Amino acid sequence: MTEDQIKQIVIDIITEIAPDEDTSNLKNEVSLREQMDLDSMDFLDIVMELRKQHGIEVPEADYPQLASLDSCATYLTPKFNEK
Amino acid sequence: MPQIVLLNMPNLTLQGQHFEVAIIGAGMAGLGAGIRLALAGKNVIILERHNASGGLNSFYSIGGRKYDVGLHAMTNYMPKGTKGTPLGKILRQLRIGYDDLDLSPQNSSRIHFPGYKLVFSNDFELLESEVARAFPQQIDGFRRLAQEIQTLDAFNLSSGKVSARKAVQRHITDRTLEDMLFCPLMYYGSAEEHDMDYGQFSIMFRSIFFEGFARPFEGVRVIIRLLQSKYRDLGGIRKMKHGVKRIQTESKKATQIILDDDTILSADQIISTIGVVETLRLCDDLNETTGADNIGQLSFTETITVLDKQPAEFGWNDTIIFFNTREHFYYGRCKNSLVDPTSGVICFPNNYQYGNGRQMDEGFLRITAMANHDLWCTLDEDNYLIQKEHWYQELQDTALGLLPPIRNTFSLKEACISKDMFTPRTIRKFTGHLNGAIYGAPNKLKDGRTHLDNLYLAGTDQGFLGIVGAILSGISMANLHVLKRS
Repeated sequence: MTEDQIKQIVIDIITEIAPDEDTSNLKNEVSLREQMDLDSMDFLDIVMELRKQHGIEVPEADYPQLASLDSCATYLTPKFNEK
Repeated sequence: MPQIVLLNMPNLTLQGQHFEVAIIGAGMAGLGAGIRLALAGKNVIILERHNASGGLNSFYSIGGRKYDVGLHAMTNYMPKGTKGTPLGKILRQLRIGYDDLDLSPQNSSRIHFPGYKLVFSNDFELLESEVARAFPQQIDGFRRLAQEIQTLDAFNLSSGKVSARKAVQRHITDRTLEDMLFCPLMYYGSAEEHDMDYGQFSIMFRSIFFEGFARPFEGVRVIIRLLQSKYRDLGGIRKMKHGVKRIQTESKKATQIILDDDTILSADQIISTIGVVETLRLCDDLNETTGADNIGQLSFTETITVLDKQPAEFGWNDTIIFFNTREHFYYGRCKNSLVDPTSGVICFPNNYQYGNGRQMDEGFLRITAMANHDLWCTLDEDNYLIQKEHWYQELQDTALGLLPPIRNTFSLKEACISKDMFTPRTIRKFTGHLNGAIYGAPNKLKDGRTHLDNLYLAGTDQGFLGIVGAILSGISMANLHVLKRS
């Protein structure tokens, strides 16, 4: 899977857990928290959906790796491709 | 005819079953936690002793009429689309749409003390201007207090207890204004007498003064139905009339759950929402006297008067009135009398902006005051009914003394088509709270941890109060202790 596909997966999850947020113009390098009204509870949901929908495990110590779309792609792409 | 003897038989479908998480109590916190866990795909069961969900916020029917208990108003109101508020957080966490709650904002409410009144609404500026009008010397201090509360991290689960009285007195030097600000916050959520924890005070201040009151047109059952069906749709199991009577333990772990009918089941983790002392006393490594110094002392009575007219036709437009008729406000146990009618809450569920021409068919007047649990529980049945009748009338008279004079030639008595009243005895019976203490134990367990590694607390005694607070408590504890760990 490519990094762009991974970013789309993350965006799809955010759309699902926060339907009122506008995800159409998210910047890749800026933190998701800065661009949207997300808090630590919401990040737990992103992790939960990654596990449920894609079987990807993210340990709590790695949550900071999900800060921006770019860092999500860097962190998650190997995990998806190892499957 | 041979007599049939019904024995307590273990429930065969549950007997010996194992769950990832068992939740004790199907109140707001239990349902909130249940939905979170079911969303994560956990194998979860909610065990409830009563036959109705909702816990402290429930409803019942008498004579075909539905009465809410608990809910005067939902606090934490926010208009649709507001960001970063507790209500917004729970809706997102539970994946429930804002419109499904069908919330209508209040008209306005007031705090009524001898010689003073402060009107407030869901617009904080109104309260600010009222304080400036009634207490011109105090307005700067009031603004400093509000500013401080706005920026305080009140949801910090590890913060220690700080006296709210002392914290407020740093900004407000007039005792009457101080008491007037405490009155609604205490009545809507303080398990502690005379003072509150400053974190609690701040949460309540925000939820009532910054955010405000709203109500679903059909009352609390809208919220309960919503939570129940969400939980069910996600595959969560809920068993009513399945009370837990014992938790078996082994080296600091809960190993088995024993139900009232002797069914035995087990779970990796248990979240209890039934109160801290009530929970600890279920554990077989502790005894009946555990936590005796942390049992709530504050119980209440409430009268409900059903009217054949809208309250507005009497000239009553307030949504909620918090009153005190003493020189100094007293929020503490009612000592030598069944009821303390010198302070309390008057509420008109009709007086919300329901819109679309919607209006409740009947008028409702609800009056709440502090009551003495032990005295109510020692009355024999005849006396209980006599005292109920007596105090019902006392409280109507108290309210009539505080409400605007009745318009037209209506009389409350003639307009009354039905009435009901609950006492501390009723509360204990239906909620299981020791002493009938609605707001639970004075000392809260903010991080939800107990003496057992896999038993956690959520709900009233974890420390977030009100409907939104209780749901948030269930969500937070499920997140913290179950979802973050797996």
